[in-house]
Amino acid sequence: MSTTGRRGIRATSIGLLTAASVAALAACSPPGTGASSASTTTAAVSTELPSGDVVLDVYLETNFQEAFKTLAAEFTKEHPNVTFAFQSDTFSNLAQNATKIISSPDAPDLMRYPTVSQAAQDGILTNLDPYAGAYGWDSWPQGTLNQVRVKSDGSRGAGGSLYALGIGYSVTGVYYNKALAAKAGITSVPTTLADFEADLAQAKAAGQVPIMVGNQDFNGAFPLQAVQNQFDGLDKLKSWIYDDAGATYQLDSSVQAATTIQDWASKGYFPDDVNAIDYATSVGRFAQGQGVFMINGDWSASAFDQASPGGYGFFLFPGQTATSKHVAMAAPATYVVPATAKHKDVAAYFFNWVHTDAKARQIVLDITGSSPGGPADLPAPSPKAGTLAVDTVAAATRLAQEDGAIDFLGNATPGILTSTLGPDLQLLLTQRMTPQDLVSGVQKAYVTELGR
Amino acid sequence: MTSTIEGTVGRGDVVPRGRGARARRHRHRWVGWLYVLPAMALYGWFVLQPLGLSVQYSFFDWNGIGVAKWVGLRNYAQVFSDPSRLGALLNSFKLIFFYTVLSIGIGLVAATLTRSMASRWSRAAQTILFLPQVVPLVGAAIAWKWLYAEDGAINQLLRAVGLGSVTRPWLADFTWALPAVGVVGTWVTLGLCTMLLSTGMGKIDPSLYDAARVDGAGAVQEFFAVTLPGVRNELAVAVTITLIGALASFDVVYVMTLGGPGRATMVPGVDVYQLSFNQARVGAGAAMGVVLMALVLVVVIPVQRLVRGRS
Repeated sequence: MSTTGRRGIRATSIGLLTAASVAALAACSPPGTGASSASTTTAAVSTELPSGDVVLDVYLETNFQEAFKTLAAEFTKEHPNVTFAFQSDTFSNLAQNATKIISSPDAPDLMRYPTVSQAAQDGILTNLDPYAGAYGWDSWPQGTLNQVRVKSDGSRGAGGSLYALGIGYSVTGVYYNKALAAKAGITSVPTTLADFEADLAQAKAAGQVPIMVGNQDFNGAFPLQAVQNQFDGLDKLKSWIYDDAGATYQLDSSVQAATTIQDWASKGYFPDDVNAIDYATSVGRFAQGQGVFMINGDWSASAFDQASPGGYGFFLFPGQTATSKHVAMAAPATYVVPATAKHKDVAAYFFNWVHTDAKARQIVLDITGSSPGGPADLPAPSPKAGTLAVDTVAAATRLAQEDGAIDFLGNATPGILTSTLGPDLQLLLTQRMTPQDLVSGVQKAYVTELGR
Repeated sequence: MTSTIEGTVGRGDVVPRGRGARARRHRHRWVGWLYVLPAMALYGWFVLQPLGLSVQYSFFDWNGIGVAKWVGLRNYAQVFSDPSRLGALLNSFKLIFFYTVLSIGIGLVAATLTRSMASRWSRAAQTILFLPQVVPLVGAAIAWKWLYAEDGAINQLLRAVGLGSVTRPWLADFTWALPAVGVVGTWVTLGLCTMLLSTGMGKIDPSLYDAARVDGAGAVQEFFAVTLPGVRNELAVAVTITLIGALASFDVVYVMTLGGPGRATMVPGVDVYQLSFNQARVGAGAAMGVVLMALVLVVVIPVQRLVRGRS
């Protein structure tokens, strides 16, 4: 009895001590003192390279190393006093740790960073407007650059300040397996959404998997948006992705698109185990000859070229009619300059070089499969004959002409895809959720995450 | 140290103590604190301080960088009102069946059986059962993901024995995904439970078995009358460790399903991670983490009490 009593007292006192120290900590000043939002300081910028030796510190996404090192080697060849130091991490690790790396005192000079909006508001990124003015970046086609322009209220789009540039601008579309398509009797590239649906039915009837997609890690969002992009109300969709005040996902096009892909799922147009396949597996399966179509980005082109040279084709997702303007997800592989970077002028010079130097533009295309962006009047780099790049470059050029680039739904907020849109798509494609519920659930999570 | 002293006192023995003895004991106590000081400092810095910070963050709406906004208990209110948070908590309790009940049940049987084997075979069997503890969990989870795939080994086996009708992509099945993840938990914790229990059984005085046999007990009665009470302490350790494993599970779920399909396998560990890192809602993630810690304590402390109180 006395033992339990004493033990009880000791336990209580330890508990109280812990609680007290925890409470003391909780009473401290709130976390996040709020970095100085003085990133708008327009220090004089220089478009000249310094004459002394400079080591540009770059933080990369692991599978972009090859491309970047080739670019860096070429740059150093032209400007021997500038060399590069690299760090890299996988995309998901990088996305999660990026804000800490960017806001650290010894931040890199140039860093791959996917979602600029919040970081720009927090003042940890360099506002690139002065450089854009000095180098003339404002006169380049702005369709994809508007995705990385951030306004003072945190929303994105035209009129905001530039906080990133792309090294490679990717475009998404539909890959098709030529042999399987021919076997199913599909003889031409579909030019309307109705045509495409007819092709899907034909592929299904021929015993093929019509669309390869891996939805375990939520890539069902690709077909969803590819369809939604073709419906009316594109401006409202864009303003939702850009977080404009009052924007909502409760759009007719959202419900229509969700209904369409749910219908595709019920007709068996996706693999049976769509929710068990992750993205890498889906690419692997398509490369091994499973699936007639796959909605994916130009970054996968080289994988399919390697699996079967000449065996695959690529086209932009078709619109409602054959004359409809094409609309497709297209986004820069965004790089930012942290506010604390030491060599901002050099980073900007390098940015400009990557977009305008003929050799650099060719390297970007050859290694990433993506368009280098930059001025509209520069000749596009030439893709190697017989590769998928011929198709993807043509698609990117056409999309730029029709100004049909749109950002990805999942970029509306950092967590919308993994928290809500993705899991709900898994429910939608297995007929466990109605299109309307998906749409309203996504909007609710959007409001929560943005704190509106 | 102290527990043995108190244990003796607890049994009702009267220990005569003089004044000198008490003073000596006091001095010893201080020396003892000195010895644990480095460990306490590390513990305070690496465990208590982050714990305190988590509690602090849980009262704020904060993205990890910008200015934090005090929101009082709102994050906690959301934990208990948002169905996706509650669903995650519920799933972790379902996992207790696989991590604790199944693995200890099978572990008891396995330990009893291996003890009756020749020592060479029993050691081999125990090693095999213990291996999952040695394999890095992330690697194991990837391998299990392959096993569970549509064309994976499990479905191939089922088809080979004529059970083709029950094959399915296990991890994408809304009903079977959680049990499938749970089985991996059983697989991991089974070896540890078997090892612990078999060690405990080794300490049981053989004369107790002889006595039971003389009294005419069969193997089953022997198990319940002698073996089970004899391993009560080991059982408590096994229950505690596996309970914490179930409630705080993260890696297996994160690698195998990411919480899907839908939210069928979402657990608090993965939810905290998604909230804090993917959605940059540090306060909400911290609140969920604090609730998870409280839950673990609420479940584990009674188990400890139950067993200690009787020894």
